Amino acid sequence: MTPERKSFNFVMVGVGGQGTILASDILAEVGMEAGFDVKKAEVHGMSQRGGSVISHVRWDREQVFSPLVGLGEADILVAFEKLEALRFAEYLRRGGTAIVNDMEILPITVTVGGVPYPSAATLKRTLAILGATLLWVPGEELAKRAGNVKAANVVLLGAISRLLPLPEGVWWGCLERRIPPKFADLNRKAFELGRGAATVPA
Amino acid sequence: MRRILSGNEALARGAWEAGVKVAAAYPGTPSTELLEELARLPGVYAEWSTNEKVALDVAVGAALAGRRALAAMKHVGVNVALDSLMYASYTGLEAGLVLVSADDPAMHSSQNEQDNRRLAAFARIPCLEPSSSQECKDFMRLALELSERFDTPVMVRTTTRINHSSGIVRLDDRIELPPRREKFPRRPEKYVMVPANARQRHPAVEDRVKAVVSWAEGEDSPVAVEWRETDVGIVTAGVAYQYAREVFPTASVLKLGISYPLPVERVRAFAARVKRLVVLEELDPVIEEQVKLAGILCEGKSIFPLCGELDPTVVRERGAKAGLPVDRPPVEVPSLEKPELPARPPVLCPGCPHRSVFALLAKKKAPVSGDIGCYTLGYLPPLSALHFCGCMGASIGVAHGAAKAGISERMVAVLGDSTFFHTGLPALANVAYNRSNVLTVILDNRTTGMTGHQPNPGTGLTLQGQPAPALDFEAIARALGIERVITVEAYDTEALEKAYKELMATDEPAVLVARHACALLPEERRRWVPLEVVEEKCTGCGVCFRIGCPALLKSDELDPRTHKPLALIAPDLCTGCEVCAQLCPHDAILTRDQVALEAP
Repeated sequence: MTPERKSFNFVMVGVGGQGTILASDILAEVGMEAGFDVKKAEVHGMSQRGGSVISHVRWDREQVFSPLVGLGEADILVAFEKLEALRFAEYLRRGGTAIVNDMEILPITVTVGGVPYPSAATLKRTLAILGATLLWVPGEELAKRAGNVKAANVVLLGAISRLLPLPEGVWWGCLERRIPPKFADLNRKAFELGRGAATVPA
Repeated sequence: MRRILSGNEALARGAWEAGVKVAAAYPGTPSTELLEELARLPGVYAEWSTNEKVALDVAVGAALAGRRALAAMKHVGVNVALDSLMYASYTGLEAGLVLVSADDPAMHSSQNEQDNRRLAAFARIPCLEPSSSQECKDFMRLALELSERFDTPVMVRTTTRINHSSGIVRLDDRIELPPRREKFPRRPEKYVMVPANARQRHPAVEDRVKAVVSWAEGEDSPVAVEWRETDVGIVTAGVAYQYAREVFPTASVLKLGISYPLPVERVRAFAARVKRLVVLEELDPVIEEQVKLAGILCEGKSIFPLCGELDPTVVRERGAKAGLPVDRPPVEVPSLEKPELPARPPVLCPGCPHRSVFALLAKKKAPVSGDIGCYTLGYLPPLSALHFCGCMGASIGVAHGAAKAGISERMVAVLGDSTFFHTGLPALANVAYNRSNVLTVILDNRTTGMTGHQPNPGTGLTLQGQPAPALDFEAIARALGIERVITVEAYDTEALEKAYKELMATDEPAVLVARHACALLPEERRRWVPLEVVEEKCTGCGVCFRIGCPALLKSDELDPRTHKPLALIAPDLCTGCEVCAQLCPHDAILTRDQVALEAP
């Protein structure tokens, strides 16, 4: 994406408990640090009990009005889980980018209800219809390599950072403020691994 | 200094900066974080009250004592507090009093999507509607000033997309206000609402509405005209203002920071200069009706939906269809040819201590009158064990009514610990007093779960971390005159069933307390141990699947005899509550102790 781009719309989706809210908090702060006006929207409460969750983050050089990204308006869709990438694919604009964590969390409708979990091929086909670029990120695997599987959300932030024209220091500054010092090294590594991983399209 | 704040954080910051001394609330999405944030700031007393009515009374008391005060709640909480709001409108106050009503269009986490601007009008109090985090902060101060100037409670009405959206806010310092009174006021003509005094107050209330309108018509009110082209003029408030700016960039906009009472002459002047007047507001046509009542022609709900929440996509689609000047045509989302996707409804978490209770009630085919909390999810398949849920505290009264109507089944009421203190308590007293054989099950998970772990009167801790007596459910039930009371460990399925049978054997009011701390609390998380399935013993009978635990998966391995999938436990999800292990008829699931023995 070009540095002179005026605005960025992000949609982050996943399953309650995966850390999408922290990731979207940091993404909003990075935008502010980089001189954008920013807004962020999410929902707390019932949906967090293992349900589908979605956060919207918007950056604009001038002014962000709506905190919500409209359908077909997301430049980047960040999916912490594969089924959720498919569920919310309509948010992605034509030619946008989907960063998809290589993670399956089976909903109760699959484990008990017997509805089939869609294949990776279905996701690829769907994104192809949108002319979208698909980037797989093995978030949990890389987080484990960094030292803790829970840092998968930071791996994904690293992957996003690669797509945006901002100095790495801005990202790291915002992350550091949010992370206890004793986990700084681990998260730094997770971020770096994510930043590297996003260069390899599936 | 600039910081990114959610609407709730900004409301808290605004209250703090404006010198609020006392704040009271009951947790409820999307309002909860407001008090949590305010409780951390210095110089403020903040509490979780037992319910919203109590919270509003507490705030009124503080305001009568001459200190600025705040009560916060979700929209349906205002129903609980409405009696208090109505008297407070008549009495007025000695210092600023703000009621934050957090509405939930689209019902992200609520049982209805009522528009509480109607309740502000009903109570004849001003209603301010911030449209951003910055305005949340600014309007809180304004609301307190208005409250003191016009001697009225003021509603700050927000919606989910205001409370839970974040934006950049400029921070200011706190103003320390001296108390406006030293002693409690002795003004019975104003503060004792017996008929003779109330009759004097009602005209004062009506005069006050007129005075607020005069102020709102003037230059100091939060009403702003943004002139652009004049083919279309949009009157809007709250988050809908943001959608108007986004979708109709060329239209002129009249932004109403106050939606009741309406500054009608400002609207009339705006209307006179535009060719087409359109009201864009979420939920009810509250502004539209006031505009039309003033004899001003406008469109509104004829274009935009009344049900659900607005967003740029809906506003653009409907606006384009009505011939309004949209920024660009609605996005044609191509058909993505997706298969039917498995839904991902919210579920009771792995290790949820409510699961065993619902498994038992499902097995017993009991008619269950439920309540508001995580445990409402007990209605979902495969448990499907909850048959009614209306509002906070309704479980017990509804069960009692069904019992008194002479229904052939024994009614079971199920509610959580915090909900019990909220409005369950008077209903249980009613069961005891009027003697029905309702079995009341209190799911005591030692916290207020659904809203994110707030302390309550049963937990022994206050919002600001002070120790408190942990109220004792058993003692309370006995004190009410209920003799059949049993407390069990919620993870112990055998004890649970034994207690249930014992209580059902009698024909009198009974209380069963099923106690275990929420599995997501930090001290419980430290105890998590994933269990394991012994493949050789599992027959794929499916008993464990019926409790709807997300950690129990169907394995790719089939039982050679039954050809049914074996059970498989997801080690990253299982907490080791052992409910499945106890229910397994083949002892195919290892307990925590057995897992420990197996470990190398």
